[in-house]
Amino acid sequence: MSTSTSATATAGSQTGEPILRVTGLRKYFPIQSSFLRRTIGQVKAVDGVELEVFGSETLGVVGESGCGKSTIGRTMLKLLEPTEGTIQLAGKDITGFSRREMVPMRREASMIFQDPYSSLNPRHTVGKIVAAPFEVQGIEPPGGVKKAVQDLLDRVGLNPEHYNRFPAEFSGGQRQRIGIARALALHPKLIICDEPVSALDVSIQAQVVNLLEDLQNEFGLAYVVIAHDLSVIRHISDRIAVMYLGKVMELSDSDSLYLAPRHPYTKALLSAVPVPEPGGRGRRERIVLAGDLPSPANPPSGCVFRTRCWKAEDRCAAEVPALVEVEPGRKVACHFPEPAAGEVSFTPSQPNGTAPA
Amino acid sequence: MSDVQPATASRSPYLELRDLKVSFATEDGLVRAADGVSFSLERGKTLAIVGESGSGKSVTSQAIMGLHPKRSAQITGEVLVDGTDIVSASEETVRSMRGRNMAMIFQDPLSSLHPFYTVGAQLIEAVQAHGEVSKSEARQRAIAMLDRVGIPNAARRVEEYPHQFSGGMRQRVMIAMALINNPDLVIADEPTTALDVTVQAQILDVLRDLQGEFQMAILLITHDLGVVAETADDVVVMYGGRVVERGPVNEIFTRPRMPYTWGLMSSVPNLTDPRGTRLTPIPGQPPSLINLPTGCVFRPRCQFSAHVEDAWCDTKRPDLEPVGPRHDARCFLSVSQMAALAPRRADGEEVA
Repeated sequence: MSTSTSATATAGSQTGEPILRVTGLRKYFPIQSSFLRRTIGQVKAVDGVELEVFGSETLGVVGESGCGKSTIGRTMLKLLEPTEGTIQLAGKDITGFSRREMVPMRREASMIFQDPYSSLNPRHTVGKIVAAPFEVQGIEPPGGVKKAVQDLLDRVGLNPEHYNRFPAEFSGGQRQRIGIARALALHPKLIICDEPVSALDVSIQAQVVNLLEDLQNEFGLAYVVIAHDLSVIRHISDRIAVMYLGKVMELSDSDSLYLAPRHPYTKALLSAVPVPEPGGRGRRERIVLAGDLPSPANPPSGCVFRTRCWKAEDRCAAEVPALVEVEPGRKVACHFPEPAAGEVSFTPSQPNGTAPA
Repeated sequence: MSDVQPATASRSPYLELRDLKVSFATEDGLVRAADGVSFSLERGKTLAIVGESGSGKSVTSQAIMGLHPKRSAQITGEVLVDGTDIVSASEETVRSMRGRNMAMIFQDPLSSLHPFYTVGAQLIEAVQAHGEVSKSEARQRAIAMLDRVGIPNAARRVEEYPHQFSGGMRQRVMIAMALINNPDLVIADEPTTALDVTVQAQILDVLRDLQGEFQMAILLITHDLGVVAETADDVVVMYGGRVVERGPVNEIFTRPRMPYTWGLMSSVPNLTDPRGTRLTPIPGQPPSLINLPTGCVFRPRCQFSAHVEDAWCDTKRPDLEPVGPRHDARCFLSVSQMAALAPRRADGEEVA
């Protein structure tokens, strides 16, 4: 564990203790028989994940539906009880904390949800929604709750006069701003953002992404951004964890990951992203993965990706690949990783987009 | 109306929209969901309609399928599918054309498939709706079609229910259902939006292969510019119920000529942009279709109206004017101004 801080490649941000550290984190959901409610199996949504989040950095967690990325976000803040493993938030081991013990910890970290329509109580005014964290914590901010809320609304780009309006009176992008104001209320060190922009229109997504970046610079926030959109993740993240079937497949700084993915799954995932340049059509090597995601209730033996991997050999079925450091600041869980940046054969589409005019 | 047709068009288009207007009377006022939409599409080609929610793209596609109830929707203009005007045709005529002449792949396969019937039963019904086909023959066609869209063990899975399929497989069932009567025009309304990228790549490949085989025209409705760049031949950009720009895909992506299109392109993060590039969002919100701004509908969010003299943007509605080969845009900026103001986003340096 002690090597990770010195070995990480991203400049500056990762000195000292991480704000959040999870080790050996597992979250299994029981499958119960419909008749006797006996547990007949388990969905291994998160299956042995180690992650650290440092101050002022953005850790992206990316993967397809069913990979466990949302579960991990919720388990990190104990919105779901972990099955196994430890969670350390701001230096404290919160794994065994009760709901009541968690209350003061919620000042350290908060959450932004995907759906701005269902994550705000439709019967509460915006003022009440954004003031809720103060109320729960029993905090009287200097200048009063109303002023604090209005400052927050102003900061996220909403009109402070709209204090008394209801969520239904706002558009999707504005509602997401309300959610951000609420998450920001107690000046947390960490915000976990679960698909913060995927429910928004394209032209509005950029507004919210820019707002998140501005707030990070202003308050020195750390983010865990969970998303399936690889372009958004790449844009916003310093480091990225690629998940597949409850496990981290690759953990890397953002640039290196996109330049030269080392895990075959990362490579396939990146190659599947359509690039908005018509000239790029047909020039890129696209890896289309065969088949579907296996069931997390019954994951394949050995490497969970082997059933869809073109490099799989006997060893992959027998032996679970560990997430090991393959170059400084870069970990890959694969027996046969792709070549490193120097020895690449894979070319991403031209960075300067020389489309045949 | 400047309807610039390609000089090389030897065949007449399979689908042609002429000044299509769709509006709905609501308690709050008249919603002009599509307002003068014109474009055309040939067989074997793919046309993408790009736009945000409320841009009128889905309303337009539903008008092509004749799906708007005559009672609540007021429709004018022409929608010519293989020469037949859907707007004025009788309900029976349109029904007989659905499935054969035009078919639709919906966005959400779980709510578009009936949960109580097997996939096979739904496909067989679709076949039998269009002619005297025996059940066993229809079943054979259903299995062949499921196999064609890449569903393994089609003969067994045809007996299964929609919930037994994964999201990607369900979307394949939707494609199979749309294609089972060999339609000449397929409308795909956000066919991959609910899917993961790896599944999206599979589905787009299936569509591309089938188009190569059957030469159908595909009308693709999406907001994903990446999908557009990879699959479309032509692009129509819609905003506030209007076509604001249209042209060949290469033209639109290398020489976009309408500030809204610029905004769309620079607000999307691109994997090839250098990291740290700041996104340029379009300020403000999409317009309400009841209270459209006077003048240009994009005016309240446009940063370039100062370049237009006499504040035309505030008072007049721009027409769709030619700005290049087969390329039209709805903007008062002159063609040379457009060329000068267009963002150069590819190298990341000249982005404003």
